[in-house]
Amino acid sequence: MPLKSKIAIIDLSNNKITIEPIPEKLRRLYLGGRGIGAHLIYNHVEPGTDPLGPGNALVISAGFLTGTMAPAAARTHIGGKSPVTNGFASSNMGGFFGAELKFAGFEHIVVKGASSKPVYLWIHDGEVEIKDASHLWGKDTFETPQIIREDLGDEEIKVACIGLAGENLVRLANFRTGVKNTAGRTGTGCIAGSKKLKAIAVRGHQDLKLAHPKEALQYAKEAIDQIMSTKVAKAMGVDGTSYIWNVTNTSGLLEFYNGQVNKLKDWQKLTIEAFHEKYSAGMVGCFNCTVHCSHTFRIKEGPWAGTFSGGPEYNTQTALGSFGADNWEPLLIGWHLANKYGIDTTGWSNDVRGVMELYQRGIIDKKVTGGLDLSWSNANQLIPILLELTAKKEGIGAILGLGSLGVIKELSKYSKDVEYYILHVKGLGKLGNVDRAQPSFALGIATSTRGADHLRSRPALDHFHLPEDVLKKLYGGYVSSDFRSYDGKARMVRWHELTYAVVDCLGTCKFQTVFFSPNLPAYKEWCKYLLYNTGLEFTEEELFNIGERVYTLERMFNYREAGFTRKDDRVPERCIKEPLKYGLPAIRGAHIDREKFNKMLDEYYELHGWDKEGLPLPETLKRLELDKEPSFLIRKGA
Amino acid sequence: MEKMILVDYKKCTGCRLCETVCSVTNASTCNPARARIKIMRWEWDQGVQVPTLCQQCDDAACVGVCPVKALSRDSGLGVVKLNPSRCIGCKLCLQTCPFGAISYDFVKKELIKCQFCDGDPACVKFCETKALQFVDVSDASIKKKRSLGEQILMAIGRAEEAL
Repeated sequence: MPLKSKIAIIDLSNNKITIEPIPEKLRRLYLGGRGIGAHLIYNHVEPGTDPLGPGNALVISAGFLTGTMAPAAARTHIGGKSPVTNGFASSNMGGFFGAELKFAGFEHIVVKGASSKPVYLWIHDGEVEIKDASHLWGKDTFETPQIIREDLGDEEIKVACIGLAGENLVRLANFRTGVKNTAGRTGTGCIAGSKKLKAIAVRGHQDLKLAHPKEALQYAKEAIDQIMSTKVAKAMGVDGTSYIWNVTNTSGLLEFYNGQVNKLKDWQKLTIEAFHEKYSAGMVGCFNCTVHCSHTFRIKEGPWAGTFSGGPEYNTQTALGSFGADNWEPLLIGWHLANKYGIDTTGWSNDVRGVMELYQRGIIDKKVTGGLDLSWSNANQLIPILLELTAKKEGIGAILGLGSLGVIKELSKYSKDVEYYILHVKGLGKLGNVDRAQPSFALGIATSTRGADHLRSRPALDHFHLPEDVLKKLYGGYVSSDFRSYDGKARMVRWHELTYAVVDCLGTCKFQTVFFSPNLPAYKEWCKYLLYNTGLEFTEEELFNIGERVYTLERMFNYREAGFTRKDDRVPERCIKEPLKYGLPAIRGAHIDREKFNKMLDEYYELHGWDKEGLPLPETLKRLELDKEPSFLIRKGA
Repeated sequence: MEKMILVDYKKCTGCRLCETVCSVTNASTCNPARARIKIMRWEWDQGVQVPTLCQQCDDAACVGVCPVKALSRDSGLGVVKLNPSRCIGCKLCLQTCPFGAISYDFVKKELIKCQFCDGDPACVKFCETKALQFVDVSDASIKKKRSLGEQILMAIGRAEEAL
């Protein structure tokens, strides 16, 4: 049964392994995946711990539905205390790892303490072993799984691991699986590296017994038909998430050269069509996914000939494409290297863009860059060089992997303006799309519990000019259908935050939810997924409340560990001070209005039941039953 | 009419939904390890995934090797059928099958193989890319012929252009 999946708690300091069931009470409160993960992080991370110390915990959580008949229930969530932000580390990946973990009998893996020598975990059919990984240390994320498979004599083993970046404690290091799937953000790979945890290998033959197998199967078919009947599912199957790149670029909704320019002039060489022509090696799907949005590519000529790898997708296309590279190849090589080394392309690209602008403005020179010419015109050559330096912590690379706060700290001695040019929220670099034209997006990255990120809320439905009564029905109150308006956007952002928290608890893919289209599955469908697969009955309202509980708990963790309050729910100053220069008339001239933004933030706090500083009110904690969490979680005097 | 499941590995995205729906249909549980179909994936250097399942051979090695005649070929759908009440679990069929298409269900302690879900294979129903198709054997190669025809047409076209 999905209900029988267990929690394994592994203390690498004393090799102690504890296996615990998941009580139904915990399911009712946090559902699974990211939700129970957040609860575990709360209770296993020592308050005030150094993120790289043994007091931190790395929590790997398959979704409640991962491995079941729910469509595209493939996701795995990874978190802890972030070495990038000092707050909540949280990242999500697809692939086949999560489902295999469920078939091995587990939903959550809590790794505490730290080992003195490299180790990996071998999890199979209800058992957990700690194994020596000395021979894996130094291997990349493509080699590591293959060596483990060979060692254990089973090609079906699924592996999630870190690369060189994680081993070297690069703050932006990530934890990843397979050729394409990566829990990229907030430095999860760095946490693993600090524990000398190279990899987790899983293999399972156990039943994930469904409560109502016939109904689960029948409803899966209905839901898949619903999903595949949307235009977006078809587009994703051909172009992946990159299907929106052309239109966002020509509209003026992409940032280049660190947000100085919001539309690429010579863009034709970077379209997904140009990619298809020369590099595509077909699309692959994650576990049980009919949409198959993951590209693979092959480079056929030149010094990188023979390279086969995963990608591209929109976010990294936007990130690595923002330095001014004039063709696909440097992007694809960058992808491949970032994956092999295990580096967060979004955060890394953001910080590199910032440093390149400092170079452009003469704030830093070749003495700081170790002789490298960081001009935008050198982007093609710089991408692979800088990634290698970052993974090895050499030269300027030692700074580029620190995360936004580290970069600012290291370079502020050259100018007090450095902070202005390193764009981030709560220490996490933002993706390369324009936030300042769309107040909902701006609020979304400002309040995200992991720092600047679009996958926490992505309130993009106001781009589609949907009738306002449709929006009102969806969000339960007035939301303006004008994407430039601030009206109702607090409500919209909060709804998306809570909704995506629910999705991450379930472990289904966001791309098959209201994230992309109001016609894709949402609460009504999720209740059915849950009932047929797990036998647990939830109302739509109960699920929404779980989303709220999870989001609020993450918020409290951020306050406890990093002291994040209203002052941290901000957008980079550039979004306020510099109106956009290019794009459609509706976008040209747009910027975030500080006063309206603050008003929107007030509304947002009120909807959440938080005070003016953005901290949960006592009655909110009580309503969400968060007052029963350990007392140190609750703000003194609140 | 005899049927077959036609596999086009080029269309397979490796999502393994066929494995899951197979195990739910035939074993009432989510467990790819108990499925009759299995995707072999080469994710690292080639990005190739190949669905593997029983070929329902006319002259099947498994039928020949079975000491208790638990396996037989059904001329209706063209399925090699396994009669669990006769099967003694010796696993000789598993050892002999050149395609590795017979597995041992370690939960139910019985040998399992694809039997077309009694004429309505779940894997085919759920395969969105049509990498798996359930076809009459008489029509099985017609699409390949058409595809070859198209290649020849194009080659002729190119040759004529060159003239």
